[in-house]
Amino acid sequence: MNANALNVDLDTLRDLHLRMLRIRLFEEAAGKIFEQGKMPGFIHLYVGQEAVAAGVCAALRVDDQVGSTHRGHGHLVAKGGDLSLMMAELMGKATGYCKGRGGSMHISDLDLGMLGANGIVGAGAPIAVGAGFANKYRGNDTVSVAFFGDGSTNIGAFHEAANMAAALKLPVVFACENNEYGEYTRRDATMAITDVVERAAAYGMPGVIVDGMDAVAVYEAATEAVARARAGDGPSFIEAKTYRYYNHHGVQVLGMKYRSDEELEEAKGRDPIPLLEKRMADAGLMSPEEAQAVHDQVAAEVAAAVEFAESSPFPEPDTLFDDVYTVS
Amino acid sequence: MSATDTQTRELTCGGAFNEALHQLMAEDPDIFVAGEDVGGVGGVFGGFAGLQDAHGAMRAVDTPISEQAIIGLGIGAAVTGLRPVVDLMFMDFALVSMDQIANQAAKLKYMFGGKAKLPMTITTAGGAGLSAAAQHSQSLEAMLCHVPGLKVVMPSTPHDIKGLLVASVRDDNPTIFVQNKRLFGMSGPVPEELYEIPLGQANVVREGADVTVVAYSRMLHESMAAAERLAGEGIDCEVIDLRTVLPLDTETVAASARKTNRVVIVHEAVRFAGLGAEIAAEIQESCFDYLDAPVGRVGAPFTPVPFSPSLEAEYVPSPKRIAEGIRATVGRPVPGA
Repeated sequence: MNANALNVDLDTLRDLHLRMLRIRLFEEAAGKIFEQGKMPGFIHLYVGQEAVAAGVCAALRVDDQVGSTHRGHGHLVAKGGDLSLMMAELMGKATGYCKGRGGSMHISDLDLGMLGANGIVGAGAPIAVGAGFANKYRGNDTVSVAFFGDGSTNIGAFHEAANMAAALKLPVVFACENNEYGEYTRRDATMAITDVVERAAAYGMPGVIVDGMDAVAVYEAATEAVARARAGDGPSFIEAKTYRYYNHHGVQVLGMKYRSDEELEEAKGRDPIPLLEKRMADAGLMSPEEAQAVHDQVAAEVAAAVEFAESSPFPEPDTLFDDVYTVS
Repeated sequence: MSATDTQTRELTCGGAFNEALHQLMAEDPDIFVAGEDVGGVGGVFGGFAGLQDAHGAMRAVDTPISEQAIIGLGIGAAVTGLRPVVDLMFMDFALVSMDQIANQAAKLKYMFGGKAKLPMTITTAGGAGLSAAAQHSQSLEAMLCHVPGLKVVMPSTPHDIKGLLVASVRDDNPTIFVQNKRLFGMSGPVPEELYEIPLGQANVVREGADVTVVAYSRMLHESMAAAERLAGEGIDCEVIDLRTVLPLDTETVAASARKTNRVVIVHEAVRFAGLGAEIAAEIQESCFDYLDAPVGRVGAPFTPVPFSPSLEAEYVPSPKRIAEGIRATVGRPVPGA
C-alpha cells in the first residue's frame, strides 16, 4: 500500500489531500445551508467522489479545461475555484461566480478552464470535445477533460462526443465517475455491462478502470491519459469506481429508499480522505497533527466563504436583462 | 453599404455564401467550418466548396453525422476563443441538436453571469419545394426565435446573404443562418469586397401606400410577385424583407403599418403559432389606432410538408395565395367609414 503512495512525490500527495478536503468541507457546508432552507433550487453534492476530481485535476495545468456535470462543485473546487465565489453563487448572490444567474448546476470559471457544470446529463461532453478541438486547432498542447457519470454514457450526446473525439483524434480525456447510480436507479438496471469502460473500445480509445476512492490511483491514471492527449495521441477513457454519499439531489431530504444503509457504510469505510491520510502517515509523510492543520486551514477558508456568501446581496431586479447577449 | 459603390458581379445565393466564407477565413485565422460533408466535397449544396483546398482539413472539417456533437464542437471552440461556423445540413436536423442549441449555446453566457462569449454561427438550409418531404423541408424559425440568447437570420438575396453572413460570423452571439434551398441558384448583384449588413435591420424592398406586406427568405420573392400582380389591380403594396427574424425589426414594420394602415405577414412556415402571430401581436400593440383592418397572415397549412409535387405546390404559399390574402385585408371596409 505504502509503495503506491510513495510512487508520487510529496508535493503531489499534499496537493491531492488539500483538493479533496476543500471539496469535502465545502460540500458539507453547502449541504447544511441547503437543509436550513437558505439555498434556493437544487443541489447535487459531490461528497464521496472527491478522489476523482482531485486526482484528475492534480494531473492538469491551469490552462487545461474541464467539462462538468450537474454534480459539478467538486470539479470547480479541484480546478482551483474560489470557495467564496462558489458559495455566493450557490446562494444566488450577486457576488457569485455567475452573478446569481447560474447557481449550483451552472457554476463555472472560464479563467480556470472550468467550462461549466451542466443541468443536462451528457451535454458537457460535446462542449469539452469542442474545447479539445480548439486546442488541437491552435496547435498547443492543452488538454480538455470531460467529466461524466455512468448514467451519461447512456445518452446520445455522450456517444456522439466520444466518437467525434476519437475520429478527429482530439486531446481529450473522458473521465467517467461511476458512482453506481443514475439519479435513484441502480446502474445495473440501466445498462447490461458491469464496467462502463467497455464502451471505450467501441470508440477505438484505450480505457482503464481505477479505484475512484483512491486519489493516487486516479492521479496516476489521469497523468497517463493526459500525457497521451498532450502528445497528440488522441483521447482516452478512465472509469473511476466511486460512490455518492448523499442523495442524487439534496442531502437526505427526500428520504427515498433506493440503497441499503450497509452499502453506504461499506463505501464510507473506503472514504478517500482518511485513506490518503493513513497512507501518508504510515509512510511518515504527514503526521496526524499536520493533517489536522490542513483540516483547520480549509475549515477556516470554508467558514469565510459562508460568511462572504451570507453577507452578500442578492442581484438587483433591474439586472434581469443583463448578459443575455454580447453587445459588441 | 450600397452595392453600387464597389465592383459587383452576378452571383448565385450559393455563390455569395461561399465567397463570404472564403473571404472571412482568409481574413480571420480563428474562423473554421465544420459539419457533415463540408470538407472534402465542399457541402452537399456546394456552399463550402474549395475551403478545404484553400485552408486545410483543420479549417474545413468533415464531422461524423452527429448533430449534437457538431453544435457542441462549435460551443466548446467558441467559449475557448475560436469563431466557428458549424453546419446543419438541413434545418430539420436542428431538432436533433436542440439541447446543444437551446439549452447550451443560447444560455451559457447568461448562466455564467456574462463571462462567456459564443461567437459561433450555425449555418443551415430550410424550406420546401424540392419534394424533400416532411423531414427535409421545414421552416422551424419560430421554435428558434422562442429561445432568448440566439439570433436567427433568414436572407432572401445573394447580396444580403453575403452581407448578413459576414455580420453573423463576426457577431459574438450564437447565430443561426438559414438559407432557403429554393434560392440557392438564384442570381443577383454582389459586391466583391467584404461588407456587413447589420443584423436586426429590415429592408423596405418596395414602397407602397395601400398595405404593408412583411416577408422574409423565399417568401420575399413570392410576395413581390404578388405585389406586381396586385399593382395591376390598383393595390399598391409596400413590401418589407425582415432579413433577420431575431432580433426582429419591429420599428420598421410599425412605421410602415402607421403609413399604410393595413398589414399582411407572409411566411413559409406553418401559420399556426408562427412568427406571423408574434408580429401581428406586436403591430396591434404598437399601432392599434392606425389599423383599418385586422392584421392578415399567410402561411403554410397545419400539416407536415408533403412529398408529392402536387401536394407540395398546394402547401407552400404561392403568389396567388399571397395576393388573395392581401386582397382580403385591403378589401375589408374601414370600420365606421
